[in-house]
Amino acid sequence: MNNLEHTNKHSRLYWYFSDTWVLIVRSLKPIFKNPDQLLGLTIQPIMFMLLFRYVFGGAINTGGITYVNFLVAGILVQMSAFGSLTTSLSVATDVRRGIMERFKTLPIVSTSVITGHVVADLARNILSAIIMLLVALLVGFKPTATLSEWFLIAGILLLFTFAISWVAAILGLLAKSLEAVQWMGFFFVFPLTFASAAFAPTDSMPLVLRVFAENQPVTHVIEAIRALMVGTPLGNHATMATLWCIGITIVAIPLTRYLFHKNNAK
Amino acid sequence: MSNEENIIEIRGLKKSYGKLKVLDDLNLSVKRGTMLALLGPNGAGKTTTIRILSTLLSPDAGMVHVNGLDVVKDANAVRHIIGLTGQYASVDEYLTGRENLVMMGKLYHLGGEQSKKRAGELLEQFNLVDAADRSAKTYSGGMRRRLDLASSLVATPPIIFLDEPTTGLDPRSRIAMWKVIEDLKAKEVTIVLTTQYLEEADKLADQIAVLDRGKIIAVGTADELKAKVGNERIEFVIDTDENFKKSLGIISGVGLSTNKEDKSISISTDGSVREVKRVLDILYDANVGIESLSVHKPSLDDVFLGLTGKKTEVEQEEKKK
Repeated sequence: MNNLEHTNKHSRLYWYFSDTWVLIVRSLKPIFKNPDQLLGLTIQPIMFMLLFRYVFGGAINTGGITYVNFLVAGILVQMSAFGSLTTSLSVATDVRRGIMERFKTLPIVSTSVITGHVVADLARNILSAIIMLLVALLVGFKPTATLSEWFLIAGILLLFTFAISWVAAILGLLAKSLEAVQWMGFFFVFPLTFASAAFAPTDSMPLVLRVFAENQPVTHVIEAIRALMVGTPLGNHATMATLWCIGITIVAIPLTRYLFHKNNAK
Repeated sequence: MSNEENIIEIRGLKKSYGKLKVLDDLNLSVKRGTMLALLGPNGAGKTTTIRILSTLLSPDAGMVHVNGLDVVKDANAVRHIIGLTGQYASVDEYLTGRENLVMMGKLYHLGGEQSKKRAGELLEQFNLVDAADRSAKTYSGGMRRRLDLASSLVATPPIIFLDEPTTGLDPRSRIAMWKVIEDLKAKEVTIVLTTQYLEEADKLADQIAVLDRGKIIAVGTADELKAKVGNERIEFVIDTDENFKKSLGIISGVGLSTNKEDKSISISTDGSVREVKRVLDILYDANVGIESLSVHKPSLDDVFLGLTGKKTEVEQEEKKK
């Protein structure tokens, strides 16, 4: 029996999920095979947590709550943003090394390659988030969230990671070299995460920065998670965060597909 | 539907990048179960042709059919029956050789069991059993190429495209690769191979199509092509500049080419003693001193020279050095 007959045994939707799954597994394997990646995934959250907790903890006034309680939401989201750069690198590497060409000649929905990297990113992020939360608990983090609130927190964080990972995939497709991925990621992630409510309340920022910081998606995501975790005012943050993430994803996925296939015309 | 004879049909194929015409009205057909070598220097359009045939690139104009399927309209169906090995070994470095092949099998929808079985067969066939469970990062250049080629054969496609499969390989790996390609040929698959080396095309292919500036300038068997340019070439290096000038006026022959800088003259011959003697006599009678004389088999450059009257870029660049 040849591969075409096999293919015809199942629906296209079946093969879409099957192919995507194969490629997700492919993208996940380096986590366990590449010691550097595993190290980065585990050390980075611990380092971030401890550094910010003890370096800035005493100096930043967070109003009614302790700094560690304020900080956890910010670091969770920042880690997710930094983590998404792995997607950029993986996509750019696939393009550089020529394996993207091979995937394009296969009878599959070829953007599944990128879906694989994005979903692997989700998995990596869950791992990092768990480690970070455990460390946070050790250094004084006292969440007030109920079980259902934890589910909401996980939902928002995953939605954000998914959205930003697609944006990261676009950077990976646009980058002309692997070095370019580094600086593009830098310019993309740093302003978004630092000009936000991640590490300090936005009240003290100059007007222009403050308007940006208070209205950009990362702040909404952080404030929503913070509110659910430690009981700060929720306001419309959860709604705004969800809308932003869905909006970004709706734009980013077709754009990724477009850029992915545009290479064909070259 | 498909022409019974020709599994690949290209008519009036055009492709430009901006103002640069890469393929200019290219016509080509390949008979089922044969191997065609696309021979040409860098920039002739070999890779572009392969990329269009393997659905990676859309043509600007023209018709390209693979097994009766249009590479643009029926791209997905074409992908079921082709395998491509590009110029750069495209394997996943983090995966082992075996994992690479099993993944390809699954993506070709062979199913888990069959994918593993096929991976095992290919590892054996390509002499990669010992390295099967090492990550591909640790492979040598030759091993990567073999794994790459194996990856494109997972679904036993009836049509295989090999884009410069031996470029950059050391002589031993090259010979190993030739062996692998010859084995494929025995299995009656259709193969289109690109190469810069006449020797390679000569050794492997049934038919050779010579590509220059986006056009096919000659098609035939290796012998037919060589016959066009003379089976062998004689090259004389003349002793002085003065004598060199003098000899230009008196020598005639097929595919005459001269080089003022190194005072060399070469012509195509049938390789017979009579022909060599004829030229020698002319020079002897004119009292022209000969520093050296060599007879050599035609290279790609000679085929080119014979067909286009100009040297390939590679040769020109080498001359500059």
